[in-house]
Order: sequence, then C-alpha cells, then structure tokens
Amino acid sequence: MSRAQILSAILNNQPQSTLLPEDLQFDSPSNEVVSEKFCQMINLIGGKVVVIQKVEDINLYISEHFTKSDRIITPIEELDYFTPFTGDEVPHDFVNTEFAVFKTHFAVAENGAVWITEDRMGHRVLPFITQHLGMLVEENQIVATMHDAYKKMADAEYDFGTFVAGPSKTADIEQSLVLGAHGARSMTIFLLK
Amino acid sequence: MSNLQHPALSEIFNRDEDRVNWHDDTLWWIRAKRDKAAQGISEWELLRETASQIKNNVLSNLHQYLEEFEKNALANGIKVHWAADAAEHNKIVHGLLAAKGITQMVKSKSMLTEECHLNDYLEQKGIDVIDSDLGERIVQLAKEPPSHIVLPCIHKKKEEIGQIFHENLGTEAGVSDPQVLTETARIHLRETFLTRRSALTGVNFAVAETGEFVVCTNEGNADMGAHLADIHIASMGIEKLIPKKKHLGVFLRLLTRSATGQPITTYSSHFKKPRKGQEMHIVLVDNGRSVQLGRESFRNSLKCIRCGACMNTCPVYRRSGGHSYHNAIAGPIGAILAPNLDMKKYSDLPFASTLCGSCTNVCPVKIDIHDQLYKWRQVIVKEGNSPAAKTMAMKVMNFTLASPTRFKLAGKIGRWTLKHAGFTVNNGLNPWYKHREMPEPPKESFSEWYKKNNP
Repeated sequence: MSRAQILSAILNNQPQSTLLPEDLQFDSPSNEVVSEKFCQMINLIGGKVVVIQKVEDINLYISEHFTKSDRIITPIEELDYFTPFTGDEVPHDFVNTEFAVFKTHFAVAENGAVWITEDRMGHRVLPFITQHLGMLVEENQIVATMHDAYKKMADAEYDFGTFVAGPSKTADIEQSLVLGAHGARSMTIFLLK
Repeated sequence: MSNLQHPALSEIFNRDEDRVNWHDDTLWWIRAKRDKAAQGISEWELLRETASQIKNNVLSNLHQYLEEFEKNALANGIKVHWAADAAEHNKIVHGLLAAKGITQMVKSKSMLTEECHLNDYLEQKGIDVIDSDLGERIVQLAKEPPSHIVLPCIHKKKEEIGQIFHENLGTEAGVSDPQVLTETARIHLRETFLTRRSALTGVNFAVAETGEFVVCTNEGNADMGAHLADIHIASMGIEKLIPKKKHLGVFLRLLTRSATGQPITTYSSHFKKPRKGQEMHIVLVDNGRSVQLGRESFRNSLKCIRCGACMNTCPVYRRSGGHSYHNAIAGPIGAILAPNLDMKKYSDLPFASTLCGSCTNVCPVKIDIHDQLYKWRQVIVKEGNSPAAKTMAMKVMNFTLASPTRFKLAGKIGRWTLKHAGFTVNNGLNPWYKHREMPEPPKESFSEWYKKNNP
C-alpha cells in the first residue's frame, strides 16, 4: 500500500523540525482609505463599481442594463429577481443565465477580491456560468489585506467558497488581455454605502 | 520528445532570431510587471521571508501535516488516494473514471499531470481528455507540451494560434485577433464543460488544518469543470500542503504578483466538501518528492509554489524557450527538480544557466535556485553523468594545469593562435565560442612580463 510507503519515506527524510513564523500584522488604514483603494483596484482588474444607497437600487441597474427576455438570477431576497433555491438544481440548467447577483461576506482592498460562500451562491456554478456577474459589497465590510481577510473568516464554516476578483480573463494569446474567458464577461460591484 | 539535450534544443529555437528576441522581450515585460507589483507592497521582503519559513516548517513536518490533511479531508467527505509514482497516479485516475464508465474528461491546469503524462496514458485507455485552460488547449491542439508552467503557449505567435483554430475549431483562415480567438475557445469549451461528467483540476494549496484545497485560475475553467461534473478529481504533489488556513493570506499575496504582476487571480476557490450528489477525490502524489526531501542540498526545491517568476527572469530560459528543457517544468526550477527524477536524462539542465542568481532573487519562497544548480553540477559530474564534451574538456584542462611546463606552453600556443589564426577558434566549430567572443590576445603572459620587469 503506497500510503504507508510514502509516509515512512517522508518520516525518514524530513529534516529537523523548524518553527512556524509569527502571524503578519499590519495597521489598517481608515475605512475611507480602504474603500477608495478597493474601488481603484476594481477598476484596475477590469471591474466596475456602482454606488447604491439601498439593496433595492440593484433592481434599477438591472432594468437599465438587461431586457425582459434575459434570464436573471439572484439569491438576494430584497430584489425583484429573487430566485428561490431548493438545493436540488441541476447545474447545467443555469447555462443561459445572463446576469446573476450575490451578496458577499466582505471585500479586500489590496486586490479587489470579494469573498463569497456557497450558501450565498444559490448554486456553486452560478457565479462562474453566468454571462455577467454582480456582487453586493457593504462598504463597512472591506478589509485592507488578505491577512485581514483570513482573520475575518477564521471560524467561518462553508462547503465551498471563493475569492472573485473581477471578470474572468486570459492573456494566453501573445499576452493580450481579453475579458470573458470561461467565467463572467463582466463584474459589477454594488457598493452599499 | 526527442533525446536531444538543452544545447541542441536551444539551437533549434535560436534559428529564428526575431522570434527569440520577441520571446525574450515578452517574458522580460512580465518580469517588469512582477517588479512593479512587488514594489507596490512595502512589506514584500517580509512576506517572502514568512512564506519561506512556513514552507520550511511544512517540509520538516510533512508527515504530520499529510496525516492531518487526510483526516480532515475524509471528514469533509473527500476521498483521499495515495500515489507513489506517476504510474500509480495515472492508474488511480483511470480507475475512478472506469468505475463510472466515463470516457471523457475535462481538465484544468495541472503541471503534475504533465509530469505524470496523464493525457497520453488516458488516451491509450480510450479516454478523451480536453485541456480547458486556453493556453493549454492551444498547445494540446498543436500536439505540443506547454513551454511555461503559467503561460503554456508563450512561445506561439497569434498567427500560428489562428491557424490552429482554423484547422481545429473552424475559425476563418487568417483570423488572429486574440479577442475573436478567445471567444471561439469560450464557446467550444462551454460545450465541453456542459457535457463532461468528470473534471480533473490541479491544486495550488491544500490546508492541513481544515482539509480543504485551493485552486487559482484567471479564466474560471477549474470551477466550470468541477461544478458541472459528477466527479471532481484533484491531483496534488505532497509538497502543496500548508499548515493553516491563515497562511493562504501570505501565499495568495505572493503567488500572482510573482507570476504575472496581478494582485490576485480572478478566482481563488476553496474546495472543502463535495456538492450534493457529487464525488470529490484527491490524489496525493509522491513521484520522487520524498527522495528529494532527503537530499539536504536540494530539498528546498520542494518549497516551490509554481509561479514561474524564475523562468520569466532567466536570461537562458528567455532565449532558449521552454521546450529546450525537455521536461514538464522548464526554467531554473525545472532544472533543479528534474535531475531528482532522472539524473542521467536531465544531466544537461543544471548547466543551462549562467548562475547569475536572478531566479533566487525573485523567488517568492526564497529557494536558493542558483546555488542548487551549482550543486547539481557537482553531483552530476561526480556521478559520471556530465555531457561527454564537457568531461573531455575538463580532462584536458586537468592535464594542462597539473604541470607548470605544460601550462606555459599551452599559454604560448593560445596567444599565438588567437593572434595569428583567430579564425580557427572564432568559428562555429568551437562550441565555447558559440556563447562567447574570444578576447584580444595579450602579447605575453604575466610571468613573462614579471620576469622582464623584475630582473
């Protein structure tokens, strides 16, 4: 059995144990600075920020940017397009989704990433398979760095979670940046003041 | 791949000088983006040091972390498999597919499966594999291996890619616009994602503390594959473990800034439990890693997080191309990993370096890459695996330097030759000259000059 063989080879060969380093800690800038940095990063990574005063304002954005025939899905209850999920959905059925919008847990200023877990996705595949993606971020839920991010989610339980930073992209052809590789073609951040 | 070694393969790549210059410039541009991203973070050096120490800790407690990871992953409902080598890895993957009668699989980027030659193996077993990373799909259609671990088709021009797409995906002849080609691939691969019941992904990091693993992509292909498939297989080298979830903060900050100069990949997905009705498997692969762990001089190579920064900065890689390394992992890091797998076959690789140390300077986990290249040279020569021409040259050198008379005579002949018959050494027949301009010969040697001036 390879398990025993591998583990015993490792035990024989691993060097004297060294200690883990101390956790990195940095002073967090003010909320305003963090929020401004986040918006800058979103623009840099090909996303877009729409400032809203209340969650329902997203309805307006949707009606301005999509047509009646577009399939729009959201697990956010406050929105007109709220879609209930039973947990038994077949992921392939979401292939024609034009726009999906989700409520994130928090965002990270240094790289424009938002953290979202499966329980807020409706279905795991949805943030990836949708043509266009919206993410609701509360302005007071933006942390400065990834260290802060993992501190914030230290005890969080999830089956699947992901940091999403901007639209899907590739530069595999001669390093020319193209948005919309396999995931969403665009990402809009709804920044709730 | 042929049996040619690095010098011969580089020569092939260097036949087209314009292409070499273009390749060189493109990679240097990426290196410059990396610099900008690194310099944008004042604590960059502290981050590197921290990452290095975490990885040292991992290597020195790998046994414990693997057991911890396995226990937690099993508790999460993930099935864990152990593969001693490439053959066992391939067999496990095939077994999982065969048990479900699956004959088609979609795969996102995994250098480990390149190392194991999984695609060839599965193809022989009648299983169709489609690579879904755009760059990997392109080289797959071109029937070539990737030439770079992060940028698989960095050696290809868009016109060539246009031709590949024209032949395989039905785009119009002559179309080479990256936007159009990417859109074509998007449509073609969506169809693939929707129809494959199995997906294989690589693993960037696996967390011992929680039993989850993280997969990073910009394209979203790993997620599209995994979330639509009935069975998700994740293949990982045993060195990909990190102790705690919070350590991801350190590594995710370093990975893409080092790789492409981006602040983070578009998607950093944390897979902890299979979705309802899905099977999730992890294959833990040794394939020489536990041996490398026991080589004191070389074990640090296992700290690698596969960012590719050492390739982008390497003056030899940039001008010889990834295929010249005839190994799944090219560049400086490939040159210190490969001899562990087969010292004879890869004996040329540690010599494919100027030992300038640039790789070591950019490495986000502080691997002493150029020192290891130098140490591998010593091991290889000692074990009698050095290239024949080099061995002969060293013997002649040894013979000459061992006797003062022979040394003086050799100097005289050398000076006379360079002065009166330079063409006999400054030509393509002298392999040494291929890489160097021969110097102006001095009129006399130092000892001749000393004798004259100090009577």
